[in-house]
Formats: sequence, C-alpha cells, structure tokens
Amino acid sequence: MYIGRVTGTVVSTVKHNLFDGQKLMLVTRLNLDGSETSTYDICLDDVQSGVGDVVVVLDEGSSARQIIGKRGTGPARAIIVGIVDKVEVSE
Amino acid sequence: MKFARVVGNLVASQKVKGLEGVKMLMVQPLNAQRQPDGEIYVAADATNQAGMGELVFVIASKEAAFALPVSFVPVDASIVGIVDDVDDRPLYDADSVAWKVFVGAKG
Repeated sequence: MYIGRVTGTVVSTVKHNLFDGQKLMLVTRLNLDGSETSTYDICLDDVQSGVGDVVVVLDEGSSARQIIGKRGTGPARAIIVGIVDKVEVSE
Repeated sequence: MKFARVVGNLVASQKVKGLEGVKMLMVQPLNAQRQPDGEIYVAADATNQAGMGELVFVIASKEAAFALPVSFVPVDASIVGIVDDVDDRPLYDADSVAWKVFVGAKG
C-alpha cells in the first residue's frame, strides 16, 4: 500500500464491464514529506474519496477484486482503501 | 492503470492460442498531465473500440490478461477503457488534511 493524493477523476463511457458503476480516481503518489511525485495511477475507489484527499492505495489484484465483490478474474488492481487523517513521521 | 495514446495498429496473423480476434494496438504511455512519457509499447484492446489517436487507460501485469475473453493468455498490457474526460483542475488545497498536522519531529 502507498499514500497518494486524489488529483482528479477520470470519465469513461466505453470501458471494461468490471468498472461499471465504479469511480475512477487519478491518484498521485506522495513523498514522505507530503509533496507529490511524478508517479500516478488510475484507481478504483471503495471509500468515497474526493479530489484533494490524501488516501491509502492498495495495489494488488486479488485483494482489489475481493473488495469490489468480483472475486476471480478481472482487470482490477489499484483501489483506494482509506482516507488519511494524519501522518506522523519522525526523522 | 495508466493513461496512453493510441498511435498505431498492429496486425499479427500468427498468434498464441487464446489471442485470436484480439486487437493489438501500439500505444504511447503518458504521464498524469497526458504528455508522452516513456517508450511506445503494444497493448491488447479489451474494449475492442479504441481507435487511432484516442486517449485510453491501460492496465498492466497479470490483470491485463484478465481483461480479455480468454483469461490466461500471454499479455502484459490491455486497454480497458476509453477516456472521455479527465477532471484534474487543482481546486483543492494541497496543504489541507493530512500534511497540515504532519509532524517531522526529531526523536
């Protein structure tokens, strides 16, 4: 899992039927100090996150499919599983 | 999943069993701002509707094969959606929520 910021939403009509009714969020990965990296991912969302939220992203296929209730095979991998309230890091 | 732009069509008459009828496209990977980023690669088209010049999103790894009619095929990238619109206006406060209370304290 990693921490990212939701920086946008993706709108798509023609898509794999696994994504029907799913929100697609554009998530930018964050550094330890909260700054944005250039790494991003288009993620599913299980926690109703919004643009600007700092979130926890799970990047593993079978867990993601279990969460969205589609066990077995399907092209789901990255999914937002938590909204971060606070991060404490000691140097 | 990552953004990519369809830049070419690929025809292969001899393909591994299970990939018959699967469309192959050349795609240019893009960064979050939809600017070209990286080398062009081949992706299977799971939507069957992607065309030249279109902005799509691509799933990589094992899940790419799961997007196709036959699940266990040797494919490492699949187009799983055509992008209509991306709303990434920076309307949020980048210093909000978590990192406002970020504690970089020593010890």
